[in-house]
Amino acid sequence: MKTLTVSVVTPDGPVLEDAYEMVSVRAEGGELGILPGHIPLVAPLTISAVRLKKDGKTYFVAVSGGFIEVRPDKITILAQAAEQPSEIDIDRAEEAKKRAEERLEQTKSEDLDYKRAKVALDRAMNRLDVSNK
Amino acid sequence: MASLRDLKDRISSTRNTKQITKAMEMVSASKLNKAEENAKAFVPYMNKIQEVVASIASGNIDVDHPMLNSRPVKKTGYIVITSDRGLAGPYNTNVLRKVYQDIQTRHQSKDDFVIIPIGKVGRDFCKKRELPLGKEIVGIPDQPNFAEIKEIASYAVDLFADEEIDELNLYYNHFISAMTQEVTATKVLPLTDIETGSGSVTTYEYEPDQEEILESILPQYAESLVYGALLDGKASEHASRMTAMRSATDNAEDIIDDLTLSYNRARQAAITQEISEIVGGAAAQN
Repeated sequence: MKTLTVSVVTPDGPVLEDAYEMVSVRAEGGELGILPGHIPLVAPLTISAVRLKKDGKTYFVAVSGGFIEVRPDKITILAQAAEQPSEIDIDRAEEAKKRAEERLEQTKSEDLDYKRAKVALDRAMNRLDVSNK
Repeated sequence: MASLRDLKDRISSTRNTKQITKAMEMVSASKLNKAEENAKAFVPYMNKIQEVVASIASGNIDVDHPMLNSRPVKKTGYIVITSDRGLAGPYNTNVLRKVYQDIQTRHQSKDDFVIIPIGKVGRDFCKKRELPLGKEIVGIPDQPNFAEIKEIASYAVDLFADEEIDELNLYYNHFISAMTQEVTATKVLPLTDIETGSGSVTTYEYEPDQEEILESILPQYAESLVYGALLDGKASEHASRMTAMRSATDNAEDIIDDLTLSYNRARQAAITQEISEIVGGAAAQN
């Protein structure tokens, strides 16, 4: 089966580089499934899980935003933070979730702090989600 | 001539200083290693983001984004990267001198610019001269990771986006080798000249469209420029401190050698004097 190389890169260094059969991501415009031979594409990602399929198994990577660059035989995911399930610090994510929830209760919805807390909550939930898979 | 005891004290205190500088040199050497690794790990990310930004920016002329356009400059922002601690040789002095000179030549009034100092030395420098300060950032760890730096970078980028400042400059020491670092001044925003880098530019499809992508990618690009400079600055800091401490150790060695020589000379002189006193005394008795 045809494969495409996927590399996930963050400012702190590469997270993963391997060949996969299919990649699904949640872009800002909606879900994208990418197979080998896709036309070159750039799309921003939401805080979500990237799914990588190989040999009937699905692997997950949690990304905190960033974007995806697709070429026919290569995909690069650039994110400011990205983790594989084994790398996720569950305690830290739980704590971040709690903190964000508290802050959401205290602040009003139009505050800048509210937006920040929302994003922080999304990130924490995403990490917890991925670590459970 | 100093007494034997004075010389002995000075030798032992110089030896203690030498031990400390030697230890600091070794600490800095290992931190430098780590800092170089960090800087290397960052390169793939930077290259890729630059490639994508360049291909969007060059591929289509009618893309427009406030960060790409220069506007009349009413207020300039300066990010100055210095260290929290001294004893780093000319590291801080060089970069601060350059900023100070540039500001003096470019601006008449203190309302025309704002400085965002990173590191205690830079902050204290600006406070002493009463230069206008934005947010001040101290206590950056020796091995910063992106999450810790993001806040600083977004703060500066937001200032530009909110039209608080119309230009953002970055002053730091560029790491060339362990022996050489060079003060570098770059303009981060507006992004007028994006390097196309090497290799061919690919034409992409954009999902949903170019404007949306620029909206999310340009701030990230600007932030990574700041982060890159910070990693570069950290590597320079450790290199500079290592070199400074090495020459301090060498100097201490020279001083110890000199002092040991004078000590031996003084000791010999004392012995000679004692002998001649005994001989003189014996001769007087006969």
